[in-house]
This record gives sequence, structure tokens and C-alpha cells, in this order.
Amino acid sequence: MSIFDSTTLKAAGIAQGPVAAAVETRAKIIEATQAAEDAVLSPRDPGAFPHDLRAALAARLATAGGEPALAERYLDKAGAMVALADPARDGVAEGFGTVVAFFDKAANRTRDIAAEDISSLQAEGIADADIVRLCELSAFMAYQLRVVAGLRLMKGEAA
Amino acid sequence: MSRIVHKFTRKVPHWQPRVTPVKLDEATEEQLDALQVTPSNTKVSEYVLTLAHDVESLKVRSPLFNAIMYDPGGMSRAERELGAIGASMVNRCIYCAAVHADRHAKLEKDTSVTDELFEKGEKADLSPRNRAIFDFARKLSESPVDAAPEDMARLRAAGLSDEEILDLILSAALFGWANRLMHVLGDPVRQEVPV
Repeated sequence: MSIFDSTTLKAAGIAQGPVAAAVETRAKIIEATQAAEDAVLSPRDPGAFPHDLRAALAARLATAGGEPALAERYLDKAGAMVALADPARDGVAEGFGTVVAFFDKAANRTRDIAAEDISSLQAEGIADADIVRLCELSAFMAYQLRVVAGLRLMKGEAA
Repeated sequence: MSRIVHKFTRKVPHWQPRVTPVKLDEATEEQLDALQVTPSNTKVSEYVLTLAHDVESLKVRSPLFNAIMYDPGGMSRAERELGAIGASMVNRCIYCAAVHADRHAKLEKDTSVTDELFEKGEKADLSPRNRAIFDFARKLSESPVDAAPEDMARLRAAGLSDEEILDLILSAALFGWANRLMHVLGDPVRQEVPV
């Protein structure tokens, strides 16, 4: 696959010109970014978070982060979990209230996270391995969103 | 006894996980394999053992991290560290900020930039180039929509090439990732030595 077919470069609209030329010098990083996306969004062992739920949460952050083109790519894979992609919904009706509240805070108010946020997930019976999986998803999306936003600015477009 | 470190420092604290890390003697073959590709393969840290819970992510993130921070060409290593510090200060990841401020000071053989940043935050007195780099990293870290065309224009006015700007975007964004693991999954602590 060409790096220009990766989710990140497609969502940022990078195909040619000086920004594309700069990105080609870091092709290995773009390939590794796509590998990371695959590992975080559609892992072989999804734990408590199936692929459609992951895609819905990814779309949720991309929408909240002002990147509709990126959100669109994940919305397509959100299936039955698509309601969780709406940042205005708290996930309670879908049975994911605690997960969604934590996910949003880790992604968007990272500095405010405290030990109690983790212990409240544990109190809900969420396994430590699943807490790590949820953090990786929020963390990877924070990374990808910023790469897309930065590339778009480089290209000369406001986010 | 240990206490949680709340202030930015270059003295790297100990990282104490909030979840139970994978036990090395109980690790699966896939986890053992992923643990070998981390930068410090002689002693596996509690942090890496914590991330081994999600072994598929861990395995792909370590080479990505190394490529963004250390691959030759583009932006200098010290300036990539400045991108990492900007993100870590926004997210108040005391541990990441300490590790990367220490690296910045060692690479530059000078502590003045990180002293100034830790003392005055965004009001720090920096060279025009460092100012443009730090401000861009800070805004991109606050929210992906906070960085604006004027910030990009300041980077170019400060003399950064496209390759350097790309490396700055990548290093600041990468710490958006690292901070959400380090700061969320554990506490930076200092062991108290009884008098």
C-alpha cells in the first residue's frame, strides 16, 4: 500500500506538492502509524472492546477534535455502536457510560486524570488489561488527530 | 514511603503504575517478543510491563517512537525534545516532561531553556525559533484545532523547513499519545528516605 492511501494522509488530504514531498522523507513513520492504527482499531485480541465499538469511539474523538474527514473513515466501521460516535451522547443508554466518560476525559482533559479515574473503572469490574486497551485507543487517536491537523495546517488549510 | 511529584522537574521520578503490570514470568510468548523491541531490553520497566497488557499496540509503538524521535535528517534531536516537552507540559505529564527535559538539557549541554520553561511555562523567555516551536507544540497539544495558520507562519518565519515542521508535528503528536499512557496509567513518585 502506498503511504498516500493511509488513513492519516487521506484524512489530511495529502497527495502531492511540497508537503507530500516532505512526508515521503518520513515514509517509514507513516507506515508505522498505519500499523499502529490497525493494532489499536482492529486488534486480533480486542479484549472487552470489539472493533465496531473502537471505531465508534475513534469517530467520536475525531468529530470532537474537528476532523470530520477522519471521523467519516471510522464511522463506516462503527456498525451497531454508531450511536457512541456522537460526542453529545454519554453512552449510558448503550451500557457504556463509565467507559465513555473515562475515554472522553483521557482524550480531552488528560491533565485532570487522577488515580480515582482508574480505580472507578476497576470498581466497575473492568480488567486492568482492558483499561490499558482503552488508554491506547484514546492515546493513539490523540496522536493521529494531531498529525492530521498539523499536516492540514502545513498544506495551508485551517482545521 | 513515596510521595507523588506534582511540580515539573528535570530529576526523573519513579513511575508507579495504577494497574497491575504483566508479570514477566507469566508473560505470553507474544508479550515476551514485544518486550524485546523496547529501547531498554536489559531490564524491563514497570511501564513497559503495564503496556504489555495490550501487546499488539506495544509492539508497533516502540519502533514508531524511535523513528519519530531518533531517525536522522529533518529537525534536530533537541528540537524534537522541545516538541515532546510542549505536549507533556500541556498534559501535565510530570514523568514525560522530566525525561525529555533532561534529554534536551544533555543534548544542548545547557539547562537554561528547560529551567525557563519549568519556571515560567508559556511566558518563558525563549529564542524566536524555540518560541515558535514550543508555542506550536503547546497549541497542537491543547486541542488539534487550537494550532492556527499564524502559528504555522511563525514556524516558517523562524526558518523551519517543511521537513523540520513535519518532525515537530510528529514529535508533539507522539507525546499526545505517550502522555495519555504515562500520566493516565501511573503516578510519578519520589521515594522518601527516612531521616
